[in-house]
Amino acid sequence: MQKLNSIEHFEALQGRLVGQRDSDRPALVIPAGTCGRASGAEELIGAARAALNGQRTNVRLRVTGCHGFCQMEPSVLVEPDRIFYPKVDPKDVARIIDAAVRGEVVEDMLFKHPKTGSPIPTQDELPFYARQVRTVLSRNEWVDPTDIETYIEIGGYSAMAKVLERGEPTWILNEVKTSGLRGRGGAGFPTGLKWEMLAAQPSGRGKFLVCNADEGDPGAYMDRSVLEGNPHAIIEGMLIGARATGATEGIVYIRNEYPLAIEHLTVALGQARQTGLLGESILGTGFSFDISMVKGAGAFVCGEETALIQSIEGKMGEPRQRPPFPIQKGIEGKPTAINNVETWANIPVIIERGARTFAKLGTKNSSGTKIFSLVGKIRNTGLVEVPMGMTIGEMVREIGGGPADGSPIKAVQTGGPSGGCIPADRFDLPINYDSLAEAGSIMGSGGMIVMDEKTCMVDVAKYFMNFLKDESCGKCFSCRKGTQRMYEILEDISEGKGTREDLGLLEELARVVKDTTMCGLGQTASNPVLSTLRYFRDEYLEHIDSKRCPAGVCKALITFSINENCTGCGACARACPEGAIRGAKKERHVINPAKCIKCGACRSACKFDAVVVT
Amino acid sequence: MTAKRRHSAKRRRGSDIPEIVARMLAEHDGAHGAIMAVLADVQSEYGYLPEEALRAVADQTGRSLVDIYGVATFYRSFSLKPRGKHVISVCVGTACHVRGARMIVEELERRLGIKAGETTPDGECSLEAVNCLGACALGPIVVVDGRYFSNVDTAKVKGILKDIRPKLARAQKPAEAVPAK
Amino acid sequence: MVNLTINGLRVSIEEGTTVLEAARFLGIPIPTLCYNEGLSPYGACRLCVVEIGEGPRAKLVTSCTYPAEEGLKVRTASERVLRARRMIIELLLASCPQSKTIQDLAAAHGVRRQRFRQEYEDCILCGLCVRMCSEQMMAKAIGFRGRGEKRSVGTPFDIQSDVCRLCGGCMYICPACELRCTYNEPEKAVCGACANLQPPCIEKDEFNDMMCYMDPCVACETKKD
Repeated sequence: MQKLNSIEHFEALQGRLVGQRDSDRPALVIPAGTCGRASGAEELIGAARAALNGQRTNVRLRVTGCHGFCQMEPSVLVEPDRIFYPKVDPKDVARIIDAAVRGEVVEDMLFKHPKTGSPIPTQDELPFYARQVRTVLSRNEWVDPTDIETYIEIGGYSAMAKVLERGEPTWILNEVKTSGLRGRGGAGFPTGLKWEMLAAQPSGRGKFLVCNADEGDPGAYMDRSVLEGNPHAIIEGMLIGARATGATEGIVYIRNEYPLAIEHLTVALGQARQTGLLGESILGTGFSFDISMVKGAGAFVCGEETALIQSIEGKMGEPRQRPPFPIQKGIEGKPTAINNVETWANIPVIIERGARTFAKLGTKNSSGTKIFSLVGKIRNTGLVEVPMGMTIGEMVREIGGGPADGSPIKAVQTGGPSGGCIPADRFDLPINYDSLAEAGSIMGSGGMIVMDEKTCMVDVAKYFMNFLKDESCGKCFSCRKGTQRMYEILEDISEGKGTREDLGLLEELARVVKDTTMCGLGQTASNPVLSTLRYFRDEYLEHIDSKRCPAGVCKALITFSINENCTGCGACARACPEGAIRGAKKERHVINPAKCIKCGACRSACKFDAVVVT
Repeated sequence: MTAKRRHSAKRRRGSDIPEIVARMLAEHDGAHGAIMAVLADVQSEYGYLPEEALRAVADQTGRSLVDIYGVATFYRSFSLKPRGKHVISVCVGTACHVRGARMIVEELERRLGIKAGETTPDGECSLEAVNCLGACALGPIVVVDGRYFSNVDTAKVKGILKDIRPKLARAQKPAEAVPAK
Repeated sequence: MVNLTINGLRVSIEEGTTVLEAARFLGIPIPTLCYNEGLSPYGACRLCVVEIGEGPRAKLVTSCTYPAEEGLKVRTASERVLRARRMIIELLLASCPQSKTIQDLAAAHGVRRQRFRQEYEDCILCGLCVRMCSEQMMAKAIGFRGRGEKRSVGTPFDIQSDVCRLCGGCMYICPACELRCTYNEPEKAVCGACANLQPPCIEKDEFNDMMCYMDPCVACETKKD
């Protein structure tokens, strides 16, 4: 890898790579992020390599990060026509290659429309993709994260070169401010304003830029897919940020539960340094900036910026009182600005396309696009990138494809453990920072968990409280004890031991925890409780008054039984760990309620829908 | 956690520990987050954080033992007790939870005879409930020694355990941990 | 000098003073548990919260750690503050009912009941002992470990500390008497003061006859069985 000594040198390299591009040459693109690999993408890649080596074709293979349609992985995207093949078996990859060479498609392997059954050949026409605006995620399709040249070829690092050429930081700050970009990690603080404040800090002792890659919200994995699939976007974003704010050092704080992202980021940092795009005197301009990595060790609270700083300094992740704010006193007491992965990834886009073009997407107060992880009880699970302002209903129905298994959708949960639920009758709500906050939730990092009639909202609140009482750092008495006690009350309610007074106590306690805790974790810990109480109070009342769990989830309040669909096959009895099911062959089996532990093994084993939960 | 662990062929002698810690500290010398990195290296090397290693880190960095111990006990990835030979992780992220992950944890707890976060007395298996592995489309997910099992339900747990504990998988009733001979 | 308003009263104090110090200067009472004048403020107990700001942006902050700012408007006994304080005291009673300090707080604020599952702990994790040991005695023998529900105070590895100088400061300063006498486990004893007592309180049955200088600590009695 040659080291580039000047901006001209860089532009020449880029020109050469673009010139070498053969847009007509067929290529197989296989997404192999962590979810791809978990679905068997590596086997598929192996089969593709073997098949290509055996043939004399000009078909290329590109292994990339996640493309977003995780439900359909391992998948193959064939260029140049962008033909999409879902759930490809390694045995069939040779057929795809043959068809690609001839410029044809393999009809029977195409994605079929779920209602009409007709095949949809190209990725961009799929209902899942058609309404997305994949400003950030689309790059995952073009880039091989372990090869910096693939990033440069699609225009990578041009924004940085542009910024280096122009010189003045104020121009960059103005662009970011005009774009209206708001922090994509959760709070939605205007990025331009944050950078301006950092730039205004005295620079004598150094300044830090941090990329918060701790992505702790369960159910959210968009940051992982950007880090695995396009780590250079982060590097470029931080370089531009350093130029704008006078920062002298960059740190990526990344959770250790993402080994592939760590690997790809390490490779990317190394290649960027080798190429002269990171480190001392970048592209010979005298501007120096380098980025190091600090790995988290399993603490959700370290996603909170002051706790993150503590962690980097080698201490327990206890958040700090603000003021003073990290902008004034951050890592080692020096000015520090922390931004989320997705925020950084948007920066090169803003500089490249111009702030006004960027701001045309989205809404007035929430510009641009946002990546959401659409997961849970939905047909099409995956990562979707949409312009701010799209309604929840559109996302759930058109992109998500509606309910997964027939049970109607009841709510979506946004913002992780700091967020809340939005019920189905409010699905006309546009997705932006302000509307979600007004509805009692938050945007958060973009998790969108779909829940159906078989999801118990009391159980959901209990689940989040269980998570929070474990993840709380424990310093503030109100958070530590408050989350614990809220969990205890929810536990009582879910076991049929709750009273109406408990509901009042729960609300009272939730308000005090929100008011008196120091950091964001505690201040938002009450949201799951308060929002489920706001929209699903009747479910709580049913648990309390009738001792019933309408969704059939809370163990103490449900009974498993077998209905007349039973064919007497005995699969349930064999699956039962307690020996609670009896029955003769070909006769309706019976569950002994005294022995039943409600584990659900019988329901999973039954192929005739004979096990019912009441 | 799916990061690979280096298994030492033979257990290191206790007296090696300060030297090994010194080497690790030198590797990360001057870097930000050095304490976290060194503790992660120790965890990776030994499968847990031995008392001697924590004392060595405190001695060699000049930080108080109380602080280092505090850091070691704060983060979930660090363990003060040795983990089992096989680590079984069940994702209990929100998406997996609404798909029934809780029942899978309970089934594994029953079959292994331990609670999540514990290791079987014979040192064979550790069970942990982890927060979101980021493979939500395939949930519920169980990872055994880095190998992903997707769309798991309680009926499939038996099969998953078969690879590592054949005797357990055959048991119908909740099993006691099988003592190693 | 910084000018701020507390409960409508104007006060002018040196920069770097906390809101709590400013209130005390004016003679305005704010309850505290984890605060001690001789130690750095920590903000763990949340009892000293006061309301600052106005309108929708008003919020509660701990007065012991919040620095006095020019033009700040502070209310130490608004509805919101009182509700918060009472709930925190309720939570304290629910965890640590036998502490005289907490009982006094409850009486002073009219809290007569607690509605949660009753626990009998002798530590509220206020951190006074940790700060005493670290800042006053420069020993750093005890500290916090664990996280969330499992957070606790103790010595590393739960064994007798080799930097503890047996000063007893931690027990002196504890509002709930957390570091109670560990008389029957001498190897875990933090101070070993018991061993110097005449007679030593090794036999619990003779408790009534002995002169224990750890007067406010009733933990021995609670853990009778």
